[in-house]
Amino acid sequence: MLGKLDWSAIPFDQPIPLVAGAVVLVAILGVLAWVVVRGHLPYLWSEWITSVDHKRIGVMYVLLASVMLLRGGSDAIMMRIQQAVAYQSQGYLPPEHYNQIFSAHGTIMIFFVAMPFVIGLMNLIVPLQLGVRDVAFPTLNSVGFWLTATGALLVNISLVVGEFARTGWLAFPPLSELSYSPGVGVDYYAWSLQISGVGTLVAGINLVTTVLKLRTKGMNYLRMPMFCWTTLASNLLIVAAFPILTATLAMLLLDRYLGFHFFTNEAGGNVMMFMNLIWAWGHPEVYILVLPAFGIFSEVVSTFSGKALFGYRSMVLATMAICVISFMVWLHHFFTMGAGPDVNAIFGIASMIIAVPTGVKIYNWLFTMYGGRIRFATPMLWAVGFMVTFIVGGLTGVLLAVPPADFMLHNSMFLVAHFHNVIIGGVLFGAFAGFEYWFPKAFGFRLDERWGKAAFWFTFLGFFITFMPLYVAGMLGMTRRMQHYDVAAWRPWMLVAAVGMAVLTIGVICQIVQIVVSIRNREALRDRTGDPWDGRSLEWATSSPPPVFNFAFHPDVRGEDAYWEMKAHAKQQLLEHEEPEYQDIEMPRNSPTGFVCAFFATIMGFALIWHIWWMVILGGLGAFATFVVFAWRDHDEYVIPADEVARIDRTNLEERRSLVSMAGAV
Amino acid sequence: MSMTATAGRAHADPHHIGLIIEHPGPAPKRIVTAYGFWIFLLSDIVMFSCFFAAYAVLAGQTAGGPKGSEIFEPKNVAIETVCLLLSSFTCGMASIAADVRNRFWFYLGMAVTCVLGLIFLAIEFREFADLVARGYGPSRSAFLTAFFSLVGCHGLHVSAGVLWLLTMMAQVFAKGFRADILRRMMCFALFWHALDIIWVAVFSVVYLLGSAP
Repeated sequence: MLGKLDWSAIPFDQPIPLVAGAVVLVAILGVLAWVVVRGHLPYLWSEWITSVDHKRIGVMYVLLASVMLLRGGSDAIMMRIQQAVAYQSQGYLPPEHYNQIFSAHGTIMIFFVAMPFVIGLMNLIVPLQLGVRDVAFPTLNSVGFWLTATGALLVNISLVVGEFARTGWLAFPPLSELSYSPGVGVDYYAWSLQISGVGTLVAGINLVTTVLKLRTKGMNYLRMPMFCWTTLASNLLIVAAFPILTATLAMLLLDRYLGFHFFTNEAGGNVMMFMNLIWAWGHPEVYILVLPAFGIFSEVVSTFSGKALFGYRSMVLATMAICVISFMVWLHHFFTMGAGPDVNAIFGIASMIIAVPTGVKIYNWLFTMYGGRIRFATPMLWAVGFMVTFIVGGLTGVLLAVPPADFMLHNSMFLVAHFHNVIIGGVLFGAFAGFEYWFPKAFGFRLDERWGKAAFWFTFLGFFITFMPLYVAGMLGMTRRMQHYDVAAWRPWMLVAAVGMAVLTIGVICQIVQIVVSIRNREALRDRTGDPWDGRSLEWATSSPPPVFNFAFHPDVRGEDAYWEMKAHAKQQLLEHEEPEYQDIEMPRNSPTGFVCAFFATIMGFALIWHIWWMVILGGLGAFATFVVFAWRDHDEYVIPADEVARIDRTNLEERRSLVSMAGAV
Repeated sequence: MSMTATAGRAHADPHHIGLIIEHPGPAPKRIVTAYGFWIFLLSDIVMFSCFFAAYAVLAGQTAGGPKGSEIFEPKNVAIETVCLLLSSFTCGMASIAADVRNRFWFYLGMAVTCVLGLIFLAIEFREFADLVARGYGPSRSAFLTAFFSLVGCHGLHVSAGVLWLLTMMAQVFAKGFRADILRRMMCFALFWHALDIIWVAVFSVVYLLGSAP
């Protein structure tokens, strides 16, 4: 009846996951109770859960990422403490639990923190920057978000019901095969990634179509803001790379569920095929994450230097070059496979070549700053901090791209330090910069600068204190994923790293405090003009938060930095203009399709993990029925009457005009 | 302030690279939908390419089991191929009928497509069942694993296509040729034709190359 599921699935003997699970459960129930008691449920349902508005979905993506960042961060703290204390002892985490923690940490941080964070920011901002009213497929967008949330939910369920994979975040066979991992851990891992992978693919298709087919009048390719370009490149990579992950995990699941022999040691299976396939997805994946961050830094550096981006065309070229070359370097993740010196040399050289366009970008940002009037607001601090940090990470990456050096450093703590250096220093700093930069746009008030700066400095210093010692430990021969060790020389570095982790944690706390303080002071921090940073691209041309239709008219773009031009023009014309003729606007209606579909996907995923076959069929039928019901509806759009559009737009313009006239008076 | 910018910076295109044609604005829904679906099809083809790659790697790994030439039956595969190619033609006819809003020819075209698709699936199912009965199931060897997965993945796509096809017929029956239903019909046709293209690759890579002794 319930497949493999029984009471033994709940780890009553392990206090840590039980307590953690209980805390999470109490928190969720508490929030739910508060929502219901205060009567927010109808609002939450009609304005957020069923929303197909790209801005709302973007915000929900970022919220999901932030919650999961706390979960992944707790895993990180536990690991750093374990390695700090487990010198010549077993530490406090038993090996099977420690293995689950590092697997969950990697999986969560990549798939449920970094991915939703960047996809959320792209969702929120790209249609605004393109001057359009929504993404290409609004309802699918909601489906994509909720499927990602399903994946995150399944990972968290594994904390208390059953176990998570003990295989590392990429579940290499043969360890992940049924013979060596008979439990449900790998199944939790694979099904949550399959389900959220569908969500990611949907988001990728949506954003590619949006950038290529939905641009406002005059928004030629070479007038798009840099963030739109990096979004395009990143989502092209999603479309090309995520199906590889889906296929690879499908093969692993076939091996596990039906006794196939893709990656087994018997009957001619080929383990190294898994490495090739997974990294053919995995390497583009790191660029899927970091390219949007590059776009964010381009926007931030240009805005806070008060200058157009230096070398815009070279930046576009570099972005697209990275997009292509990222598919040609995957083998550097396993030089030690023994493909031979010539193959290794080719992939080593390709890996060094991809550093060139990245270098071009760094110089472009530096030259954008050069001669500019730089304002060191919090987003700019993250951008400058990124440049410093990312160069270190990039250099160690080029070092690892040298096959002989890689043979020494493969799977060492040096590698761990390197990829945290680029992912934290690149992706996470980028996500935080984008968060601080676009928060006023999303919510209509700024974030507190003092707490923001404190958060930056603690995170920045904490990062270096945590990860520089790991480079050293790697050089001293320490391999990754060690539950305990006996080498005295490594100990001090692990202790320093633990201290760094504490500093990093203070940074995270500062950020939480920043949000709380800002919400409390929101009236003082209110952004009335819609353009708090003196921005250059079209998202600043509308109010904060933007009306549901974004723009009363599709803006007419005549050059790069569209909004900057408009502001300059408005000053020259002394704001004399006729009132435009407002028209009715059709917007897509909200739909619970995404939420209901994800509900059935959760049931189906859980049933597949535990081999509850009737429930699998139920979930599948439910998901199909949901789509048919969606396809059957007669009215998919509603109309905002011209009067309403005019009212909303006039209020926005009023505020804005006062801003421009004040600026003009100076 | 109206949303009109100035004539732009004079030096927006300092080198006068080519003639700039002003972008006309967002594309109509029909274009956007079809374009998005094309992107999805490309991603689906990437997924198939992984199974093709796996097949190429594992084709020689028979582990003492049968080789391709010992189990493939060219006659069946030929019938399958004819069915699928014909169904692409009838699907095209149904699309034309939908474009001219002719219900009779639409239903007829879709029904024939459906029957041809089902015949294809039946033959494939019989081939699979027969192999499993002879002890040559996917667990027998890595070659059979890759064979069943690649061909089966295509078969699953065709099954999903048949389900979609029936849903489309029901939709037209219930709602008529509405604009959004016509867009969906266009996506379905693209999907069905794409499956044909993939079958041509399966036919060549698996059955033709595999028939060599």
